Amino acid sequence: MRLVTAIIKPFKLDEVKQALEAFGITGMTVSEASGYGRQRGHSEVYRGAEYTVDFVPKVRVEVVVDDVDAPDVVSVILKAAQTGRIGDGKIWTVPVEDVARVRTGEHGLDAL
Amino acid sequence: MVSFMEINSGDTAWVLVSAALVLLMTPGVALFYGGMVRAKSVLNMMMMSFGAMATISVAWVLWGYSEAFGQSWHGLVGNPFQHFGLSDLLSAKSVVGTIPTMAFVAFQAVFAIITVALISGAIADRAKYSTWLVFTVVWATIVYFPVAHWVFAFDGYAADKGGWIANSLKTIDFAGGTAVHINAGAAGLVLALILGKRIGFAKDPMRPHNMTLVMLGAALLWFGWFGFNAGSALGANNTAAVTWVNTMAATGAACIGWLATERIRNGHGTSLGAASGIVAGLVAITPACSAVTPVGAVAIGLLAGVLCALAVGLKFRFGFDDSLDVVGVHLVGGLVGTIAIGFFASASAPAAVDGLFYGGGVDQLWRQVVGAGAVLLYSFVVTGVIGLALHKTLGFRIDRDGEVAGIDLDQHAETSYDLGSLGGGGFSHAGAALFGSHSTASASSAATSTKQGASS
Repeated sequence: MRLVTAIIKPFKLDEVKQALEAFGITGMTVSEASGYGRQRGHSEVYRGAEYTVDFVPKVRVEVVVDDVDAPDVVSVILKAAQTGRIGDGKIWTVPVEDVARVRTGEHGLDAL
Repeated sequence: MVSFMEINSGDTAWVLVSAALVLLMTPGVALFYGGMVRAKSVLNMMMMSFGAMATISVAWVLWGYSEAFGQSWHGLVGNPFQHFGLSDLLSAKSVVGTIPTMAFVAFQAVFAIITVALISGAIADRAKYSTWLVFTVVWATIVYFPVAHWVFAFDGYAADKGGWIANSLKTIDFAGGTAVHINAGAAGLVLALILGKRIGFAKDPMRPHNMTLVMLGAALLWFGWFGFNAGSALGANNTAAVTWVNTMAATGAACIGWLATERIRNGHGTSLGAASGIVAGLVAITPACSAVTPVGAVAIGLLAGVLCALAVGLKFRFGFDDSLDVVGVHLVGGLVGTIAIGFFASASAPAAVDGLFYGGGVDQLWRQVVGAGAVLLYSFVVTGVIGLALHKTLGFRIDRDGEVAGIDLDQHAETSYDLGSLGGGGFSHAGAALFGSHSTASASSAATSTKQGASS
């Protein structure tokens, strides 16, 4: 199994969620995140004083999938989250040793 | 008091309603200031305003009213013992103008409260709360009550003899450009200098944590200010109506002036700019609302909006941390409004004086400049003495760790927003310590874990 983590623009969350559902993914974990990459932050002006805000609001989407599905899931998210402009985000995957479903005690692929 | 005038029920109703409107301005200041500070300081910011409501309410009924409106000692200060406790003013025969003396007491009380509250914006995030409360009473007693006497106590109104600015110098200050705004602005400047800069001033971002609170505060201030200005007519009459319209017109113009300045300088008109422009306009028209035409009010508003928008940058140039721009908005706005009367006053307005632009020469102008300068100088010097004395004895600034962690936690043991559910910790209530509990050991361990939960 692999954990796919995507950092995306907040307003792209609905499209990514729908695309993942259409692909057949049955669950995901979403959290609010802040950060910057090459885009850096933006500036805000309060009473003439300019502040640079480095950490831009982002959304983190996490999905655990079967090894064979991982490349497809990455490309599904990639397609749905892309605007082509700077600040679109990042996607990465890491191997997952085990997953357990709390309710039933099932392990591995059965727990997904 | 003075003669057996009839109480007018319309006048009385308007003054009592105005007093309530002006009292609402102080929570308005709390919201306006509270939204502008960081999330770790919002409760303390609001508590400084609410604290002033508490302390000045008591000081006012004990000696404050008497000190401001009792029989004058050489035009400088009223006799604080004449009406001490107000018990001699409760009779239905106790009348000033056309309203019961106690209605006048109520209306003037809320002016004292908001003037003190305004100062707090200059020392956001770092003032020791107990010292602030002591300061509110000492400052009101030595600075505000006498200055209110100078400016607001007219001969033959609440006492035979009133203050020197109102009666001898004859500066026009209808609702408190000098006594309230220049006074609070100068005091804020001194306190900001005495307490010093916040850790990270002009380096770390100190963005307003909640702009919607700021907008709500500005709205309440604008609303309450109709009581502040139109209520100062002390009657439901033509002067009240004229000042009401001028208050609206100047405020709108100042909002436009601030937004235009920002658009040209920074590329965007901001909501904080709109809120600040509104307050700057209200400040500037406060002394002038009885003396100018609505067109004059628009001119004063525009002037205040532009000049105050430029003035808020001074603290970065000169390196003083007037955190929420009490100087840039209230001192500068108060000076603009008070001095502008010398130029824009029109004899067609209720004050019936012509300024320089209306053919009145410089007679009123110098009276305005001297009146404004006198209050500025007195407030600056005496606040400096009070501030330094409190700073050296009680200490006026919290320690470094408390300021970094946040003054809400340090001074009040509270957190403004509990947005997460991961608090942890335990529970103990004050009664456990006061009345003893079944298990002392478990009570004390619960108290410890509550503390840990709060600081994590």
